[in-house]
Amino acid sequence: MFDPDFIFMIGLKVFFAFLMIGAVMTMAGYSVLAERKVSAWMQGRVGPNRTVLPLVGYIPFFGRFLKGLGIFQPLADGLKFLFKEEIIPGHVNKFYYNLAPIVALVPALTTMTVLPFGEFFNSDGESVPLMLANLEVGILFILAVSSLGVYGIVLAGWSSNSKYPFLGGIRSSAQMISYELAMGLSLLPIFLWVSQPGSGLLGLSLVDIVQSQSNSAWLFLVQPLSALIFLIALFAETNRLPFDMPESETDLVGGFHTEYGGFKFGIFFVAEYAHIVVGSAIFTLIFLGGWHFLPWIADPWPANWIGTIIGIAWFLAKTLFLIFFFIWIRWTLPRFRYDQVMNLGWTKLLPLALLNLLFYVLLVTWLDQSSL
Amino acid sequence: MKNGKSSSVVINLDGQDVEVPAGINLVEAASLHGTEVPHYCYHPKLSVAGNCRMCLVEMGTPMRDRATGEAILDEHGKQKIGWIPKPVIGCGTNVSQGMHVKTSSPMVKDSREGIMEFLLVNHPLDCPICDQAGECRLQEFATDYGRGYSRYVERKNVKPKRTRLGPRVTLDDERCILCSRCIRFCQEVVDDDVLGFVDRGSFSTLTCFPGKELSNNYSLNTVDLCPVGALTSTDFRFKMRVWFLKESSSICTESSAGSNITVSSREGVIHRITPRRNDEVNDSWMSDSGRELYKNVTSEDRLMKAKVDQEECTLSHAIETVKDTVDGKKLGIVGSCHSSLEEQFLLNKLAKITKAKKFLRGHFGEDDGILVSSDRTPNLRGSLVSGFSSRYPTDNLESLSKSLDKNELDVLLVIGEDLLASGIDLNQLNGVTLIFAGTHQNETSKLAKILIPTLTSFEKTGCFINRNFRVQSFKQAIPGPAGLLPDLQILSALIKSLEKDGIHRPDLSSIWKEMGKSSGSPLKGISFSDVPEDGLLIDGSKWSHLEFVEKKALNYTPARKAQKSK
Amino acid sequence: MAKTVVLERKPLSLSERTYLPQIATGLKTTFSNMFKEKVTLQYPEEKPAIPKNYRGIPTLVKDPNGREKCVSCQLCEFVCPPKAIRITPGSVPEGETDRAHVEKAPQEFEINMLRCIYCGYCQEVCPEEAIFLQDEYSSSGYSREEMINNKEKLYELGGTLPDAHYKWDKKKNEEDLGNDH
Repeated sequence: MFDPDFIFMIGLKVFFAFLMIGAVMTMAGYSVLAERKVSAWMQGRVGPNRTVLPLVGYIPFFGRFLKGLGIFQPLADGLKFLFKEEIIPGHVNKFYYNLAPIVALVPALTTMTVLPFGEFFNSDGESVPLMLANLEVGILFILAVSSLGVYGIVLAGWSSNSKYPFLGGIRSSAQMISYELAMGLSLLPIFLWVSQPGSGLLGLSLVDIVQSQSNSAWLFLVQPLSALIFLIALFAETNRLPFDMPESETDLVGGFHTEYGGFKFGIFFVAEYAHIVVGSAIFTLIFLGGWHFLPWIADPWPANWIGTIIGIAWFLAKTLFLIFFFIWIRWTLPRFRYDQVMNLGWTKLLPLALLNLLFYVLLVTWLDQSSL
Repeated sequence: MKNGKSSSVVINLDGQDVEVPAGINLVEAASLHGTEVPHYCYHPKLSVAGNCRMCLVEMGTPMRDRATGEAILDEHGKQKIGWIPKPVIGCGTNVSQGMHVKTSSPMVKDSREGIMEFLLVNHPLDCPICDQAGECRLQEFATDYGRGYSRYVERKNVKPKRTRLGPRVTLDDERCILCSRCIRFCQEVVDDDVLGFVDRGSFSTLTCFPGKELSNNYSLNTVDLCPVGALTSTDFRFKMRVWFLKESSSICTESSAGSNITVSSREGVIHRITPRRNDEVNDSWMSDSGRELYKNVTSEDRLMKAKVDQEECTLSHAIETVKDTVDGKKLGIVGSCHSSLEEQFLLNKLAKITKAKKFLRGHFGEDDGILVSSDRTPNLRGSLVSGFSSRYPTDNLESLSKSLDKNELDVLLVIGEDLLASGIDLNQLNGVTLIFAGTHQNETSKLAKILIPTLTSFEKTGCFINRNFRVQSFKQAIPGPAGLLPDLQILSALIKSLEKDGIHRPDLSSIWKEMGKSSGSPLKGISFSDVPEDGLLIDGSKWSHLEFVEKKALNYTPARKAQKSK
Repeated sequence: MAKTVVLERKPLSLSERTYLPQIATGLKTTFSNMFKEKVTLQYPEEKPAIPKNYRGIPTLVKDPNGREKCVSCQLCEFVCPPKAIRITPGSVPEGETDRAHVEKAPQEFEINMLRCIYCGYCQEVCPEEAIFLQDEYSSSGYSREEMINNKEKLYELGGTLPDAHYKWDKKKNEEDLGNDH
């Protein structure tokens, strides 16, 4: 029971878990900065460029560059949320009101336990994926857990005892349920494709999905329609514009978090961006070849620790581009109306996903038959 | 015309036949029919000097044949008009039957333009710092009749700017247009000949005769008379621009002459007092001493807080305490000739209800024969008309002194008067509860158990009756100090609390209705709103047996003499 | 009744109905915008160029000889629509040689910047060209009292402006040279 190796293993896992949380939270924080910066640039503005740590600003050129980039802004934002007065309005259901932000953040952070972000070659030259828990049904775990995030929003909207949050909560639950269907259906052809007979790969394992794209076509090239449907559904699931029904500042003031302030609002805020980070990573893994170099081209880096680091960096670069894409879309497209969101989800995406599934079922069946 | 039977003549004013009283000049005749003939030196209450030349008009009379005296007719069968080839001064030309006058012909306009140009040659560009700006005839006529720009490029004459003419008048020589109104005023109205012109041409300067100064009690009227800003009031100089001032009609409280005045205030602060023309009372004048009275409003010794036993309290508490103090006690009321007619009436009513003994004293001084009469209270006759007093008050309170000696009084209500300065000894007041209601502190107010601050005549509305038995109303000019009420409301509240079942309202119209009811009152059938702006003469013959102290003065002849002359 | 004409709309093509090419065009536009020159100013360090005739904070100016021009005629106080100006007039003491003819000067001159609406009437009405709305536009304070500019502050803000007339100098000149008596 108290085997030192076992304890060491647990300690290591906990250490890695904290590392991972730190990485994702940092990325979420800097996504906020990226959002502000990118939107500013697109609108001909400069964006946050005032915050600076003491002394750093005096470093010639570099200090000014960092300041102009607003690199310390997330720090200031976070501290602001921390030090603001925690207000609990008198009319709320206090227990659920306090619970909601936690429920919103926890699924976002939980999903990342099964996210692989690179590979490591052991002494035998075998590839070992870098992740906290190599779950063979990782994609199902992610679908299951991330859909729990809606409870945070619904709880927030309901416990606030106020009109706008309530409407926001209702909308978000309807929207998430609608798009989860299309999302799940769009992934089924991927499983079929990846777990083709003889490959020895599991379609439900994220690692295997990534490995299937090594030295071959990326899946978004093989299944562009699946990728498109998944991407749209991903936007809807992360409540990003053009699907930000739960918040929709123009008609619902602040949506589900209207009654929130201070650190609790900060948690919602971070959870939203954590969702984006995790979503981007998942899309990268499934459709963009994960940490592999380019379609049909073998990884040009050596199969040792250098290759591991370059692979991780390459994976992060793809993820960051997707995060940028999220932001880019937000500052380009206007918001859908609520009925349009529902219409798109049920009458367009769902049939399309079904047809897509049918097509690939038939295709895979035909391919299997012909290859036999 | 000269047959004496017609007191009015028909003249043709700018092509229209109009009827005007005979004997008036053209400036007056035109103004009667809404046509303004601009003038500087002419003043209706002074002699005609005719030296400003601003009132030039074209004038012509019907032509007659010199030999036969027959009218000369033109081709239309109308009498020909013999136009005088040059313009004549309107102020110096009296109307005559059939006279034709043009007040806006090209020649008249040309003349005015020329006169204005000459007047402005040496006039400084002082309007921004000139106190007259806004009520300056030169400014008005320059815009109405001037040419709009100056052709004068030479150097202007520079004259002294702050010559002291007297204790209250400062002269700005540059601005003077030599109309001589001030000189004539001093000669004709005050009979104090101190002003004159020296030097010649554009160097002519108004000055005091050597060894004299403009120090008579009417010197500030020269400031009002001055059509430009040359004569300025040292008191008002540079204090406030006139366009900020709110003007309200009031009555001077200095003496029984009751000069009609205009109180000019801004945002509740009085800045000056000027006379208001009333040909039956004060013409266009008032005394310098009367103009100073507004300073009482903000003086140091003004009573601002109600007090009971020297402790500050609310006004309503003080009034309640008065009621408790007075109830069932032997009360004496010392009224005041400074109170308005309505206040004296209510005081009399209060006396009736409480069965109080009434006392009244007068204040007397020297009569200057113009507008400061020897009765130095504004409303002595009001105390008679209101019924508060039936005797002519003396300079002291002898009867009160006697009553006090006989211990006839427990409580004494004093309105503004100083008992200790009226022949009452401090020892006599031992054991007597004093209630003082007044505007300013005096020796009596310091002794009072209950102190009720009241309002000055600038802060309330009411009526005074002057030496001619003319009822003249004064209107509130500024709001009173915070928390204070008009005397009428205080008295009404007292009456209401003491009178068991009476209905009483402190508004002027109901008080006047009540005043008219008392038998023999000359106010019968008159209401407060009936009193016109220039006052209402009432029948004072009921009191003609009294020995009024006023001497013959401006617009006043002592009543008994008048009877004798009949 | 107005007749409503229903215009026939061109039917959308398939690619237009998918909305995707339009999204791509939009993305291109926003992306190209990222590299354009920024239009914003870094305010406290960079200040916008104030155009001539800008109506900033009203100030009192002195003439090039350093004398106060205001003679407290109170026309600005009169014309001020929100009643922001409050002047206590005063007189120039006798014997001041360089202002011998002016006689009058403000004892206190207050402009309440919480009331001021920057209309510029005061500048327009001033007969002495003593009050100007200059290019200062930023005014702040911690209390209401601080937002009332007194005479000292107004002169500090106003500084000195060139004078085209030298009205009082001309007057002094006339006095010194004089006319033949």
